[in-house]
Amino acid sequence: MKKLINLLVLVTITLVSTNSFSYNSEPKIFIEELVGDAIKTLSDKNISKADKSKKIEIIALENVDINALGMYTLGGVRKTLDQETLKKYKELFQKYFLKSLTSRLTDYSENKFEITSADQKSETYTIVRSRIIKSSSQPEIKIDWRVYTKNPTEPLIRDLIVEGLSLAKTQKEEFSSILNSNNNDINILFLKLEEFINN
Amino acid sequence: MGFKKFIILFLINVLLFSTSLRAETEKECFEKVSRGIFKFNEGFDKAILKPLATGFNKLPEPIKNGTGNFTSNIGTLLTVPNHVLQGQWKLAGESSASFLINTTIGILGFSNPAEKMGFKNQQEDVGQTLGAYGFNAGCYFVLPILGPTTVRDSIGMFADSFVDPFAHVTIREHELLSISGNDIDYFSVKGASAIDFRAGNMTNLNSLEKNSLDIYAAYKSLYLQNRESKINNTFTTDGEDDWAEFNK
Repeated sequence: MKKLINLLVLVTITLVSTNSFSYNSEPKIFIEELVGDAIKTLSDKNISKADKSKKIEIIALENVDINALGMYTLGGVRKTLDQETLKKYKELFQKYFLKSLTSRLTDYSENKFEITSADQKSETYTIVRSRIIKSSSQPEIKIDWRVYTKNPTEPLIRDLIVEGLSLAKTQKEEFSSILNSNNNDINILFLKLEEFINN
Repeated sequence: MGFKKFIILFLINVLLFSTSLRAETEKECFEKVSRGIFKFNEGFDKAILKPLATGFNKLPEPIKNGTGNFTSNIGTLLTVPNHVLQGQWKLAGESSASFLINTTIGILGFSNPAEKMGFKNQQEDVGQTLGAYGFNAGCYFVLPILGPTTVRDSIGMFADSFVDPFAHVTIREHELLSISGNDIDYFSVKGASAIDFRAGNMTNLNSLEKNSLDIYAAYKSLYLQNRESKINNTFTTDGEDDWAEFNK
């Protein structure tokens, strides 16, 4: 009997933990719940910094289209790479993205955030408009979220557009600049990514 | 050689030796030099602008808001003729009303009652007007202290001083409606505007610096995206084209 109870507890914990970051599939509510969850995690003083990062990483892995974002960021060079190099790039990009996302979210976690509207652009994507409310250290910032809705039950974030400036596009141009100034040598980009991840 | 002649010669050189005005915006005029100037600007920011902006952020809220409102209100003087040049009559009217209300009821622009009345005041300059006329940006480069620009925008920046009534009464020393000023007035307002911008973007710029693999390229991308959205008066990026091949 004791074993059965232990097993039940284990199954319950597993189910709760795997479903803890699933949000409403309606894009506007999806972003509202997700950002609320992320801000709550980052501003929780009872959680260690490492645990905060881990939680944000789980949220991002489940709700951001990191694979598509990585391919978009790499630009045309991706078509010239073999499968093994591409696999290495995907692994490095994921680590880079998660670290960079956690850092960016931490920077803004003390600000108040609100969703203003949502605009369905096509069957595959919706723009959710939001803003960080003006504070003493920060003017109001408009943030749009590009949400990919090809699978309507599992929306995925693809880009953050801050005051009309796309973070994905900026990242793509950074990668492109590194590649262009190094004869499109992907290894130099790998070095830069590793440097960022390990710092 | 006078400063004005130097500027004119510099711009002619940039025009002659860079790609044409209708060339791809992403192209650099002289990347190595620009990267060097960018480094210098980073040093200038670290040594002067950032400490000033940090101090500015510690001032009481009414002083910070008042400074931002005051510089923005003076900036409206450049905005109005550019709206007119772009045929944006409604926006020109709104900006003029904003300037008049803020200068009078808003006590020389230190407060911004026009915003509460619903009058928009988006900043426009000659670079944006040239963009609206269809001139492409030309190649990209970085100016000392002034920062990122393009051939079109640097010409625009120079032309601003002819279109801007505030520049007329200060650096050009002309009297307009019995109002006159001097160089110090002009550069004080421009300096205060730069400090206000830097202070307001402290978190954004710190975050960008921390998370960039190539900060020079990040600034370039943000500058060009910002100019494009200002020229098109679109403050959201809805472009699906970039992502089309990932939607399958």
